[in-house]
Amino acid sequence: MRKNFLYSSIKDSLFTGLIALALFGPIVGLRTVAKNEVLVVSPKWFIVLVIVIVCALGRFLTNLYIYNRDQKFGIQSTIGKSITNFLDTKGTQIALSAIIFSVIFPFLPFTDRYLMDIAIMMLTYIMLGWGLNIVIGLAGLLDLGYVAFYAVGAYSYALFAIHFGWSFWICLPIAGIFAAMFGVLLGFPVLRLRGDYLAIVTLAFGEMIRILLLNWYQLTKGPDGLTGIPRPSFFGLPFKSFPDEGEQTFHTFFGLEYSPMQRIIFLYYLILVLALITNLFTIKIRRLPIGRAWEALREDEIACKSLGVNPRNTKLTAFAIGAMFGGFAGSFFATRQAFISPESFTFIESAIIVAIVVLGGMGSQTGVVLATVFLIGLIEVFRDFESYRMIAFGGAMVLIMIFRPRGILATRKPTITLQKKEATK
Amino acid sequence: MDLAYFLQQLINGVTLGSVYGLIAIGYTMVYGIIGMINFAHGDIFMVGAFIALISFILFALTSIALPIVLLLTLLIAMVFTACYGWTVEKLAYKPLRKSFRLAPLISALGMSIVLQNYVQAAQGARIKTLQPVIQGGFTFLEDTGFTVSLSYLQIFIILVTIFLMAVFTLLITRTALGRAQRACEQDRTMTALMGINVDRTISITFIIGSSLASVAGMMFVMYYGVIDFYIGFLAGIKAFTAAVLGGIGSIPGAMLGGLLIGLIEVFWSGYISIEYKDIAAFTVLVVVLIFYPTGFLGKPDIEKV
Repeated sequence: MRKNFLYSSIKDSLFTGLIALALFGPIVGLRTVAKNEVLVVSPKWFIVLVIVIVCALGRFLTNLYIYNRDQKFGIQSTIGKSITNFLDTKGTQIALSAIIFSVIFPFLPFTDRYLMDIAIMMLTYIMLGWGLNIVIGLAGLLDLGYVAFYAVGAYSYALFAIHFGWSFWICLPIAGIFAAMFGVLLGFPVLRLRGDYLAIVTLAFGEMIRILLLNWYQLTKGPDGLTGIPRPSFFGLPFKSFPDEGEQTFHTFFGLEYSPMQRIIFLYYLILVLALITNLFTIKIRRLPIGRAWEALREDEIACKSLGVNPRNTKLTAFAIGAMFGGFAGSFFATRQAFISPESFTFIESAIIVAIVVLGGMGSQTGVVLATVFLIGLIEVFRDFESYRMIAFGGAMVLIMIFRPRGILATRKPTITLQKKEATK
Repeated sequence: MDLAYFLQQLINGVTLGSVYGLIAIGYTMVYGIIGMINFAHGDIFMVGAFIALISFILFALTSIALPIVLLLTLLIAMVFTACYGWTVEKLAYKPLRKSFRLAPLISALGMSIVLQNYVQAAQGARIKTLQPVIQGGFTFLEDTGFTVSLSYLQIFIILVTIFLMAVFTLLITRTALGRAQRACEQDRTMTALMGINVDRTISITFIIGSSLASVAGMMFVMYYGVIDFYIGFLAGIKAFTAAVLGGIGSIPGAMLGGLLIGLIEVFWSGYISIEYKDIAAFTVLVVVLIFYPTGFLGKPDIEKV
């Protein structure tokens, strides 16, 4: 019996090695390189050999030590459960301390320009994740084209700010409204579709917006992008080292020494506030009738219809509100970069935001933060390995779906449940 | 002139449509049998194109006759790409069969990112150009001022597509394997009770779909002569559109849809605007899904409580 098992595992791992050879042999082993305008093949058999041996050996060891036992994925689910429990009991304290930490973060001794930039980027993704969480997590609509609203927000902000010279605080709501309008425009026809069809259509919509931005040269300057987007000012006080005649800047008004960090810190607080508004909004709206309707629709659409909830309008509001926050984040992105081009709004951005929401656990606000720190951190750490980090990223999506399909924080608790009936009345 | 131009577009459209149709079959078969959109299928097509490219480069060093090179490349691309399809199914979809509806789609999205970046890492990000393999062709209507040409390559592509379509239609309608597949589409539990290995049937579906996609990839690299690791994304969406247009789950529908999408794309580029040719395909996708979600040859999907 035991010997038989060993024999079959050896056979199985040899088979795995063979498959690995077929997979990696041609693509990795025979790298095509251009030599004098003609492609030639440069063999890399050593790497293939290593990969094949690793695959076969790995398969052999997992066969012997993991699949041999009854409890397959015991570890993962215990870790996940304990995290969930921990956050359930200590959730408020952790959230509060995280907020306090992010408020004092710019003044911590180890904080430098690089860390601030990463923090701003993470907060932007957290905001996008929270915005998309309304659509995916609460309403249960898989939107693979969220970046379209981000782009609409960024472009409408940039165009209004450049052509009309309006300030950030006027352009921000306009950009949000524009994005929400696009959300309704897209949502109106497609929300009748089932989950996976909806996903593909939203993806197509996102690509359409990008192609439009790329080709509508008169308006968007196409692939050249929009430059000279005005920087935000502190309630009318610009951040400049050399103010014009009679102009008050931030540092002269407050009698400070000029430092480029001032603007960075201001941007940091700006996105922090915007993100927290998104979060607060979501937490509040979950307890309103509309939020309840979203969650009910996510759980059972037919039951909702029979109870008189209008699925189209309900989904449409989720779409519009999610899009609006995407638009806000987009205008922040435009003002931070001062330059936008369609390059920044590719499908992979949508995929990253979806991954953040899904990885965090759909509907979990804390999960979004954890997933952002994890994913963006991962991407930052492996900055120099462009395609390898994306392999790890995609692989993480697959693994999470296999081991914890509801995300790291797989709570998905309805905000309201049927209470035990009281005896009287 | 006008007629000639139209004819030329028609020829190009049918050629492109054959490629889309072959990819669309993979989408439609997988959707039919396990009800998921195999998002990574476009990237399987891309891998197939790369394997065909490598195979062509290697054969160029030898002095084997052209028809044998074509046949061997076809087989090599089919076998190796089928391995990819099989592995992707085993790793990313099989564990999720009982999970909630969107899980396989997200997993497929991750797999698509993995495949794209894996090929980018292994083969480099720069575009790859292939010298024309089949040259020459017929030209006609030369007196009208605009020459219509039908290259041997286009004839080859269309003939191979028709041949493969015929073979696989026979496979589905006449063999035990085809019966098992159709049974799995209807009811997997019952099929398993009847003594059919459902897992194996699903694996074979993926193998067939991937090998057809690899043929499409081989044709793509021969037809355009230029590929990169990103071609799978757009081609995948267009082929998916084709599958939906023809009625998802129906194999003749996929071919019909592929032809239509190819024609729409080519005529849109020829008569309206070449910059917005991708928008044409996306618009068709949106319009069809909204107004005609069952497609031409599909069955309506009844939602039960």
